[in-house]
Amino acid sequence: MRVTFTVNGRRQEADDVWEGESLLYVLRERMGLPGSKNACEQGECGSCTVRLDGVPVCSCLVAAGQVEGREVVTVEGLADFARQRAEGGCADGTCGTGLDEAKGWQARPAAPQSGDSAPHEGLSPIQQAFIDAGAVQCGFCTPGLLVAADELLERNDSPSDADIREALSGNLCRCTGYEKILDAVRLAAARGENRTAGQGA
Amino acid sequence: MADKETRVATAPGRTPTNLTQGSQTKAGIGESTLRPDGTLKVTGEFAYSSDMWHEDMLWGYTLRSTTAHAEIRSIDTSEALATSGVYAVLTYDDLPTDVKNYGLEIQDTPVLAHGKVRHHGEPVALVAADHPETARRAAAKIKIDYAELPVVTDEASATAEGAPLVHENRTDHHIGHVPHPNIVHRQPIIRGDAAEAAKKADVIVSGEYVFGMQDQAFLGPESGLAVPGEDGGVDLYVATQWLHSDLRQIAPVLGLPEEKVRMTLSGVGGAFGGREDLSMQIHACLLALRTGKPVKIVYNRFESFFGHVHRHPAKLWYEHGATKDGKLTHLKCRIVLDGGAYASASPAVVGNASSLAVGPYVVDDVDIEAIALYSNNPPCGAMRGFGAVQACFAYEAQMDKVAKKLGMDPVEFRQLNAMEQGTIMPTGQPVDSPAPVAELLRRVKAMPLPPEQQWLTAGAGADVRALPGGLSNTTHGEGVVRGVGYAVGIKNVGFSEGFDDYSTARVRMEVVGGVPVATVHTAMAEVGQGGVTVHAQIARTELGVQQVTIQPADTRVGSAGSTSASRQTYVTGGAVKNACEHVREQVLDIGRRKFGTYHPAWATAELLLEGGKVVTDGGEVLAHLADVLEDEAVDLELEWRHRPTEPFDLHTGQGNGHVQYSFAAHRAVVEVDTELGLVKVIELACAQDVGKALNPLSVVGQIQGGTTQGLGVAVMEEIIVDPKTAKVRNPSFTDYLIPTILDTPTIPVDVLELADEHAPYGLRGIGEAPTLSSTPAVLAAIRNATGLELNKTPVRPEHLTGT
Repeated sequence: MRVTFTVNGRRQEADDVWEGESLLYVLRERMGLPGSKNACEQGECGSCTVRLDGVPVCSCLVAAGQVEGREVVTVEGLADFARQRAEGGCADGTCGTGLDEAKGWQARPAAPQSGDSAPHEGLSPIQQAFIDAGAVQCGFCTPGLLVAADELLERNDSPSDADIREALSGNLCRCTGYEKILDAVRLAAARGENRTAGQGA
Repeated sequence: MADKETRVATAPGRTPTNLTQGSQTKAGIGESTLRPDGTLKVTGEFAYSSDMWHEDMLWGYTLRSTTAHAEIRSIDTSEALATSGVYAVLTYDDLPTDVKNYGLEIQDTPVLAHGKVRHHGEPVALVAADHPETARRAAAKIKIDYAELPVVTDEASATAEGAPLVHENRTDHHIGHVPHPNIVHRQPIIRGDAAEAAKKADVIVSGEYVFGMQDQAFLGPESGLAVPGEDGGVDLYVATQWLHSDLRQIAPVLGLPEEKVRMTLSGVGGAFGGREDLSMQIHACLLALRTGKPVKIVYNRFESFFGHVHRHPAKLWYEHGATKDGKLTHLKCRIVLDGGAYASASPAVVGNASSLAVGPYVVDDVDIEAIALYSNNPPCGAMRGFGAVQACFAYEAQMDKVAKKLGMDPVEFRQLNAMEQGTIMPTGQPVDSPAPVAELLRRVKAMPLPPEQQWLTAGAGADVRALPGGLSNTTHGEGVVRGVGYAVGIKNVGFSEGFDDYSTARVRMEVVGGVPVATVHTAMAEVGQGGVTVHAQIARTELGVQQVTIQPADTRVGSAGSTSASRQTYVTGGAVKNACEHVREQVLDIGRRKFGTYHPAWATAELLLEGGKVVTDGGEVLAHLADVLEDEAVDLELEWRHRPTEPFDLHTGQGNGHVQYSFAAHRAVVEVDTELGLVKVIELACAQDVGKALNPLSVVGQIQGGTTQGLGVAVMEEIIVDPKTAKVRNPSFTDYLIPTILDTPTIPVDVLELADEHAPYGLRGIGEAPTLSSTPAVLAAIRNATGLELNKTPVRPEHLTGT
């Protein structure tokens, strides 16, 4: 079957999709968007978390056919999504990465990094905070955690530790012991408040 | 070593990449430099092994045994092979050479089962197809006629008269030293006279402990891509812990010389020991060579539980004696590790469990024995802590018991018996670097305790999420009691018992665009621990450059050894440091040749490379590196070794077997709902000596991660194997639980840096020690809260409620 839906703001089509294929498989193997990870494929670990019409879901549990006509945001589109949200929202469905850009995806060297905590071009606040706080080790859980944490901060810009733990309880991490993930979310929240304060709000 | 011209396979669409990092202002050793792969990892661009992709690739799938022990009477693959979209179906009969087994030390593991299967989930057949679901469905059509055999599952059944032998006709080098063919290896440690010393004891305390089977549960599944080359060779992109160890095992099975099996590390989603053994490596290569097409294999989580070895479950019998003034008199202990169907790392795990069985304490008279069994349970091998974890669980429980019987404070009792620099280990080896055991306990005890039980004062306003049971709203504090427990552990660093534990680094220095640049190439597996970060820090420190490129790890450079045993920063970090030092000397030689006549300091002063310049130790600038090197490059590949170790005597266990020791202490604070048996760990504080923190941010991250894995085994993690059938009952993240962010408490960390003069920069391997003491600290806290004995991991509700 053919499935047509919006990924990171752009309409995309996938052909020859089997009825049993998950959204995760279609994203990773048919659309060249492997950022959403395949760690358990049964909705237990959260590594494949994406936004489906704004709601965080495990894309491994969503049948590809279910997303017909709907909007998906993956980690690849997170920075654009966050930037456009900050600039006034993505309601017209124009946020995100283009199809050609997505298909042309390839691993490339990291941009040179500065040692201070100044935000890098092109990263969302939560992505930058994960790097700065040391919340990335093997990094396999990171995309799912970023999508979940970004959604948390969207609806609660100053979450308590209990709020953060509750929001991220569906995302397993085996490396970090979660402490630095908590630090990262706190950092992103703090920077968000600082920015507002700096604008005189 | 293969040169570039032999790499005739076409590269996949996604490949591992150089990691370049420059311009960090805090970037040398001792700084919390950020990861060079961090940006790629947060944007989803980092290419993990399961992300590998090739234009016309096929998908491989492994058919696994549904029974634990059976003779294979026949395999019929015809229907599977006839399935549309299937390109190959392989069984044992299709293996290309006479080498049909592999293994880390003992080559007893079949690539594909032949004649019989020895454990549930053993690989039997392989399928390659154009879609993963096609491969799975075709595999389901393979008909296997199994004739069930009786299983051995524990020491009693494995060594009973007439017990089935897991491996008939063993010929490995341990067979002459084991009391039964179903015992992989046995290591006694005898020092002094434990029986005589026991007579001096005022109290004697014994206990029997059971440690459950833990899984590494790394998140990135076993996966990779094999691309056949036009020269008959194969390129393998894979997640592993040791490329060259894989290569040594893969090439003979494929019948290829090692230079025709070209391995590149792809992104690794955690390892923790579970990637020391091969999983899909040979299978993918076989399918690629058979079909002539690139083949990708990605395990799902169910298969991952069968695709790697686990932590050895153990039974431990301990007896300690002590005088009434609190000095330990003797230790008798016996440790039985279940190695499962294949040897994997069992012999080395036995060596660790026995040599570290006494813990970080002074006990002159010991009688220790550790064995590992062959059984029809899942194979067990390396996991973080490696034999020391099981022993620590038991000896720390014993320390609390002895202290209680003496009426002493458990921390003071430990401190009274704590080893220190100069202590002689039960193996006869002197501890010749700092061993701050008493100090770590003092530090962890001195950390402020978390606030008292909030619902005692907050009443109805208490946050129910903080209670055992959490949002399930099972209690409002009634029946909830708090406990505090302590533990400390000792772990060896690096490979022991005489193993040639070397590493190799290639370092290149050149001028690019007027800027001096260093390139570091090693075969070190970056599995998340942060080695790539540290290597760049070392190169910056030693070569005085800002920009460092870390090349992808592959087999075009010499072996780096394994990313395990807390050894990689020590050994490969040491190799990078060593190579940098030699590169520096050559750079200085070039400088002397070009500029030596202009300034006497070139000949007389101690010269350093700093900030892109050659400077004297007094700070005088002699030249810019760009002017020294111009268009010359210095490029060296060197091996580096730490000081040698020696094997333990097979009868007495004596020998200088270990390179270095690592120490951590924990304090756990728990709250237990005694009515429902629910445990909430409130805080798990850690103090650890790291020798020198090369990257403090990464050090703390490793300690917190290791602590959490220890917490997991204390209260939830266990692979459950049916004792009658030896079948695994819970191979999924639904049924095998690892700690979530709700299960994991705050983990304050106190890092001590007492340099080890034998190690590069004085560093001490850190990855494993925090996993040791975390588990017994949590158990001690639960015992403290409930008064129960609790001698088994994980603690389950029924153990607390007596149901």
